[in-house]
Amino acid sequence: MSGVGPQSDSFEALAMPLFDQLYNFAHWLTRNREEAEDLVQETYTKALKGFSSFQLGTNFRAWMYRILRNTFLTSRTGLKVTMTVPLEPEEDGPELAIEHDTPETILLERSNRDLLQGALDELPVYFREILVLCEVEEMSYQEIAETLSIPIGTVMSRLSRARKTLRDRLQPQSQKGSAAIAKGTNRAL
Amino acid sequence: MPCESWKTKLDTYLDGELPSEEMRAFDIHVHSCSSCAADALARVQMKRGIQAAGKRFAPTAEFRRRVQGTIATKPHYSFRRMWVFAAALSILAVASLLSIYLGVQRSRTEQAYSEIADLHVAALASSSRVDVVSSDRHTVKPWFQGKIPFAFDLPEVQNSEFSLLGGRMTYFGQTPGAHLIYAVRKHEISVFVFQEGVLRGRWDESSAVTKELSFNVATWRQGGLRYFVIGDAGTADINNLAKLFKATSS
Repeated sequence: MSGVGPQSDSFEALAMPLFDQLYNFAHWLTRNREEAEDLVQETYTKALKGFSSFQLGTNFRAWMYRILRNTFLTSRTGLKVTMTVPLEPEEDGPELAIEHDTPETILLERSNRDLLQGALDELPVYFREILVLCEVEEMSYQEIAETLSIPIGTVMSRLSRARKTLRDRLQPQSQKGSAAIAKGTNRAL
Repeated sequence: MPCESWKTKLDTYLDGELPSEEMRAFDIHVHSCSSCAADALARVQMKRGIQAAGKRFAPTAEFRRRVQGTIATKPHYSFRRMWVFAAALSILAVASLLSIYLGVQRSRTEQAYSEIADLHVAALASSSRVDVVSSDRHTVKPWFQGKIPFAFDLPEVQNSEFSLLGGRMTYFGQTPGAHLIYAVRKHEISVFVFQEGVLRGRWDESSAVTKELSFNVATWRQGGLRYFVIGDAGTADINNLAKLFKATSS
């Protein structure tokens, strides 16, 4: 065994498979490579120290994400974000689906990933993080609630508003793109 | 329930977070309501877009090694505790793997059906639906030579109610396949042919035709190839075209 303790072995086995996902999430939060690396490094250090308090059988992934997010919120960038972003109202109900000519369909037609990445990047951090957790990490509402330490009802309403905000922000860009394409087509004709 | 009431729950439905009874009721509604089906499709596309756009940042190998090196320095614990912990981990890992496997299989199948429906809709919406325009199977089949990494047979449809409109190349999971379009009365039906290994999922092969996003779909495996017949025509038409293909390829 050469002094290798079982607990940290287990920690490594559980935590390292999450490394890429946690880094991606950290980068979406900080929007900066160096800060994302610092955040991930600190998360792993804290998690290893606190691993003895982790209860086996509970959600390890949500536990790691919660540590990362709490670490971010107490970092200089995180504090700046939470101090400059206004508190969001939670009382909005779920919005209705859009009937036609949606940004989604326009988006699909052009396969414009850059447009979507840009729009995601510009979202407030509390919208950005919940969309990444839900759509990219495919977390359940329960896992998201555990990670963000909010009730499931808030997860649902915040997700709904995040999606609506993203669509609203894509709409003008999509229309701009459509106009450019139409202009190009007319010129070609 | 009016459509607007369904739509307020559309995102929750697509996230798979409604109670199972409501999920079933929603499935039935979406299959019968073209407006909700269209909205569902648009939102699924948005979800996929975010998923693709969101997987954007990857750590460097050097950074991974650095962190791994940090957490590899660990304190001593007793062997007894180590074995208990290892046993618990194994059970946790097996249970997690099992649930992940089942979940992944289900989601792969749903995603594949959804992508097949997208390919069908996108082709019909396109101004140039087919790359090879011909009702003659002896013209359409050779056109695929050298374009796709397999060969397949087209049925003779002259004495049936179907007519071949043509074919085009298509891609699924970055692998090429064949897309044929047939007409029956005023309906247009797509037939997709891919190599079996490309499409991973648990296909429903027990019944001939299933409903996916309001389309009728038949799928089967034959000769190492995976066939899909999809369209808004009735189940009998989908089934009849599938039978013609099965008979030709057997």
